[in-house]
Amino acid sequence: MPLTAGSRPDGVRPATPVEEPEAALTRPALPTKKQTSGKIPWRVRLRRDRVLILITLPAVLLLLLFNYVPLLGNVVAFQDYDPYVSSNGITAIFHSPWVGMEQFSRLVNDPLFWGAVKNTLVLFALQLVLFFPVPIALALLINSVVRPRVRAVAQAIMYLPHFFSWVLVITVFQQIFGGAGIIAQTLQDHGWSGFDLMTNSGFFKFLVTGQAVWKDAGWGIIVFLAALAAVPTDLYEAAAMDGAGRWRRTWHVTLPALRPVIALLLVLRVGDALSVGFEQFLLQRDAVGTGASEVLDTYVWSMGIQNGDFSYAAAAGLVKGVIGICLVLGANKFAHLLGEQGVYQK
Amino acid sequence: MSLNTQLIRSLQAPPRPVWEEPPSRAGLTAKSGFLLLCCLGVLVPLWIVIVTSLSPKPVIDRVGGLVVVPRGITFVNYKELLGGGQVSRAIMVSVGVTLVGTLFSMTVSVLAAYGLSRRGSLGHRFFLVTVMATMFFGAGLIPTYLLVQSLGLTDTYLSLILPSAVSVFNILVLRAFFMGISPELTESARLDGAGDLRILLTIVMPLSRAVLAVISLFYAVGYWSAWFNASIYLSDQRMLPLQNVLIQLVMRHTQAPTGLQEAVRTGQLSPLGVQMAVTVLALIPVAVASPFVQRHFKKGMLTGAVKG
Repeated sequence: MPLTAGSRPDGVRPATPVEEPEAALTRPALPTKKQTSGKIPWRVRLRRDRVLILITLPAVLLLLLFNYVPLLGNVVAFQDYDPYVSSNGITAIFHSPWVGMEQFSRLVNDPLFWGAVKNTLVLFALQLVLFFPVPIALALLINSVVRPRVRAVAQAIMYLPHFFSWVLVITVFQQIFGGAGIIAQTLQDHGWSGFDLMTNSGFFKFLVTGQAVWKDAGWGIIVFLAALAAVPTDLYEAAAMDGAGRWRRTWHVTLPALRPVIALLLVLRVGDALSVGFEQFLLQRDAVGTGASEVLDTYVWSMGIQNGDFSYAAAAGLVKGVIGICLVLGANKFAHLLGEQGVYQK
Repeated sequence: MSLNTQLIRSLQAPPRPVWEEPPSRAGLTAKSGFLLLCCLGVLVPLWIVIVTSLSPKPVIDRVGGLVVVPRGITFVNYKELLGGGQVSRAIMVSVGVTLVGTLFSMTVSVLAAYGLSRRGSLGHRFFLVTVMATMFFGAGLIPTYLLVQSLGLTDTYLSLILPSAVSVFNILVLRAFFMGISPELTESARLDGAGDLRILLTIVMPLSRAVLAVISLFYAVGYWSAWFNASIYLSDQRMLPLQNVLIQLVMRHTQAPTGLQEAVRTGQLSPLGVQMAVTVLALIPVAVASPFVQRHFKKGMLTGAVKG
């Protein structure tokens, strides 16, 4: 395709035939790595890439130590692990008795465990319905704002809570919705009393979802905004020429453009489903009571770290991990079936 | 162009394309109203927290809770908190862990991202798969806890840094950005005899300032906000970082830490004012830092999201 004169600042039309022999000359001298990797013996490649390998190692070693090695530690789920039979927690594994699937059968018969599973799933479903669409709607809203300054300020404000810790978010919520909080005070001044959303166990899941929306919905718009910016404007123009109004353009142009991103984020969210709300639940379990505030992660924490029943907690954690991997793979498969990319492709 | 006209120009709406119908007054009002509501939803709670932390005790007592309208300003709460004692120490701990941790994480991540950025290098695929696979599974809390314990990291600050030092997502974002740098630049430096480290330091990193800023912020916020590892690995109260002290003060309703207790009990300070002052202290660094990095967020998030 010939370049227009305007595309070069000096207005000179570049002579394409000249550039091509030049490229042809340089190409054999600077071959792409893909071509060479098959021909060059590995010793030479090792010498060429040794710095790259060396600088990659620290991160890889840290991941091996803190992500892969603990995987092996999951064997304690098949033991009656006692950290005190040996001076070191790891060597204690070799001295603890093996009990097979006993921990898992304990788990299946524990109503507390099933309560935690139920709470986890309910909270996940609730967040999927009440949290997930919010960033999409906010992104559409921000995207329709044309003034750049207004846009930037609104974005800056909405991103802010994402950077607050859960401790801060819950502190702020407590001061506003809690029993001694500002709403309760105001109501009390007007003759109402007993308002306390923070310790209401029936309302707790909505509260947790509300906190999540306040903290992360604003941040969530960033990915959608990027996807919206990538929609070619001629599509909108063509749709408008064909008589599509504002809403029909949103439905037929904007939303289809967002589809891959939505699919990707859904897959990620499903993969994370079983870890939902850990910090929030752990921080608020004293206020609401463990019945309403036990999710799988807090169950593992309380059984293992609090009660010292490591094998049992590890079994619960292992069940959670295996289901989690199945969920990611399943969700990804589902995305492929819908014709979307998902997280990875085979 | 003077700064003033520049400002005016940026406030004016850019022209709409001809095919777009002009906005209706009602739609415009609803839109800006809702946007304003969202922003207030973020700002008002912060305002209340800040005002309460600055209010003198009589004002807080008279209102009987959080203060919305400021009547008088005092810094006694902050003076008390920062004048030594547990909160001052916790701030030092948090600042230290955040600085050291961010520096360590950034060094490891930038090196790994560059090491993984050239397709076809020896072991590229193997290392990449090893790193990325960790995104799909978690090792589990109990085995990690046992590992940290038997490595002898409990009751050291290393337990707050090492287990969470590497974020694979951050490495992938950096890597995607490094891979986007035009190879002509690095190749010509290579022909001039520059080694990989030199290319990273003098060409790649200066070109990636935006994404480096974003990822540093992500790491720093992660370290600053973390409390869980400290709660299970540290048993010494005096070692706790700021978030954990805030938990004790606000959520567990343990009375103010030693030293503060005296001032609260003798009625010089309002416990609520002290709590809110700690909250503000925990909030300030992130609230100040993140807007500066904001204009780069999209770049940082996008490169990661697209190339993954």
